[in-house]
Amino acid sequence: MTDMIRATGLVKTYKDVEALSGLDLTVPEGTVMGLLGPNGAGKTTAVRILATLLKATSGTAEVAGIDVAKDPDGVRARIGLSGQYAAVDEHLTGFENLQMVGRLYGMPKAAASQRARDLLERFGLDDAGDRPSKTYSGGMRRRLDLAGALVAEPPVLILDEPTTGLDVRSRQQMWGVIRDLVASGSTLLLTTQYLEEADLLADDIVVIDHGRAIARGTADELKSQTGGERIEIVLTDGRQRDAASRILARVAIGEVQTGDNERELTAAVDGGVPQLRAVLDELDAQRIDVLDVGLRRPTLDDVFLSLTGRAAETAPDDTSTDEGTEVPA
Amino acid sequence: MTTLTRHATDGWVVAKRNLIKIVRVPEILVFVLISPIMFVLLFAYVFGGAIDPGDGVNYREFLIGGIFAQTVVFGATFTGAGLAEDMQKGIIDRFRSLPMSRSAVLVGRTTSDIVYNVLSLIIMALTGLLVGWRMREGVVDALAGFLLLLLFAYAISWIMAWVGLLVPSVEVINNASFIVIFPLTFVSNAFVPLDTLPGVVRTFAEWNPVSTVTQASRELFGNTGGRPPQSDAWAMQHPAVYTVIWVAIILVVFVPLSVRQYRIASSR
Repeated sequence: MTDMIRATGLVKTYKDVEALSGLDLTVPEGTVMGLLGPNGAGKTTAVRILATLLKATSGTAEVAGIDVAKDPDGVRARIGLSGQYAAVDEHLTGFENLQMVGRLYGMPKAAASQRARDLLERFGLDDAGDRPSKTYSGGMRRRLDLAGALVAEPPVLILDEPTTGLDVRSRQQMWGVIRDLVASGSTLLLTTQYLEEADLLADDIVVIDHGRAIARGTADELKSQTGGERIEIVLTDGRQRDAASRILARVAIGEVQTGDNERELTAAVDGGVPQLRAVLDELDAQRIDVLDVGLRRPTLDDVFLSLTGRAAETAPDDTSTDEGTEVPA
Repeated sequence: MTTLTRHATDGWVVAKRNLIKIVRVPEILVFVLISPIMFVLLFAYVFGGAIDPGDGVNYREFLIGGIFAQTVVFGATFTGAGLAEDMQKGIIDRFRSLPMSRSAVLVGRTTSDIVYNVLSLIIMALTGLLVGWRMREGVVDALAGFLLLLLFAYAISWIMAWVGLLVPSVEVINNASFIVIFPLTFVSNAFVPLDTLPGVVRTFAEWNPVSTVTQASRELFGNTGGRPPQSDAWAMQHPAVYTVIWVAIILVVFVPLSVRQYRIASSR
């Protein structure tokens, strides 16, 4: 299996801020790589370098076997990029947007038109195809933007936060579309801040923080790195938290985490149900009232927490200039 | 496809995209066209009585050439604002990720902006005819006058294209261009005769290309009352040639500069 994306030691410095500090990345053909990290981690910088929009300060990158710095046009002919916010022209119709992209890939007019119609149908936009895209919902614009990336059937797709800012329903719809792409064998690099999204769509995940990879592996591998399941307990009375925490600490792998709500406690364990039962018995013996209890598989949120010591969502937005605030679609 | 036809095709695809916007958002066009009408009427009826071009030349005849020049120069702001908007919206990113000609976005934008200028010249000419302006040198000279104005506007468009990519904010472009273009068009012979201007200001105005494009179009439209330019400066004696030299210099400098800026443009 050949690598469709291979990046070695990518560094990007803006004045005195390092947006990327030596990122390595390999994406074998036909697989989906999820680049996971909080806002400001350097995901977009990495994507922009691979898509030839930005030059790396140092390091090398190859896409489909072509060096991004030496032959950017060769790379452009082989990638489809769908950016962080929908880069569609709002005054053009969906059809006109896609046809224009086809023409700019060098397709003859008839072929570009045919391709535009096919894609509109495939993405459920055929009814809206002749309306200016200004009238589209956020989810429809994202789908149109993604369709734009597929116009030339490029062997490598790069999707930068394809569902950021979408509502739950549009996000699930988008996941369906991306899953179909994956099933058809595209090589895909996907960046996301949503841990659930990487878990769902990616074969391999690279967790990135402050411009460097801090962990890599399949979702399952990452989860097993951070212990087995999680016991979650919600207390009736927050004043009993310390006592409950001591009970959990006896079985926990690592520290017992306190949730946003003072009454929530989470602990990584590896003993499964018998251990949960033992904890409950002990809580009962000490007359600690429990409102809710559960045993769950770790999420990638837990992975991020144990890797960086802080939650992904609350990670500080560093000063890197490449990833601003979310732009509403 | 040869490289040249590829450049042309890509440029045309982008220009067509910009032109569709004129049709879809006609409000923009309305505002673009109303301001030159306002200027014609304002200067003809408000300032007209106070300014005398001398030698029995009718101020309204004198005025129109200046309004033409001022309007097409201001029109270049459109180029900058359009590119800044594309940058802000991430559309330039999409274009830059495509295997298309690196000049196409700029060629397409400057080309489609010629259409705005043609439309505003037509509207201004019609308004001018209503207030008493006439073309007195025949069709060929008149067309040459319009052509020179468009050529000059096209060159200024490339300057604004560069600025638009450099400062990707529509608001900043509009304000910045006002600061530059306002003195450039007013410290000229566009609205007042040169001989009313004091020393240094007068010299600046004599060599200001806005003055020469104005003077050249006045001569080509036959609005000078047959008298020579009120200046011995070489630029004013050969206004058309001097203007074309400026156009050439601007294009030679700003076409490569803008294409370079496009290559490295980063939306954020």
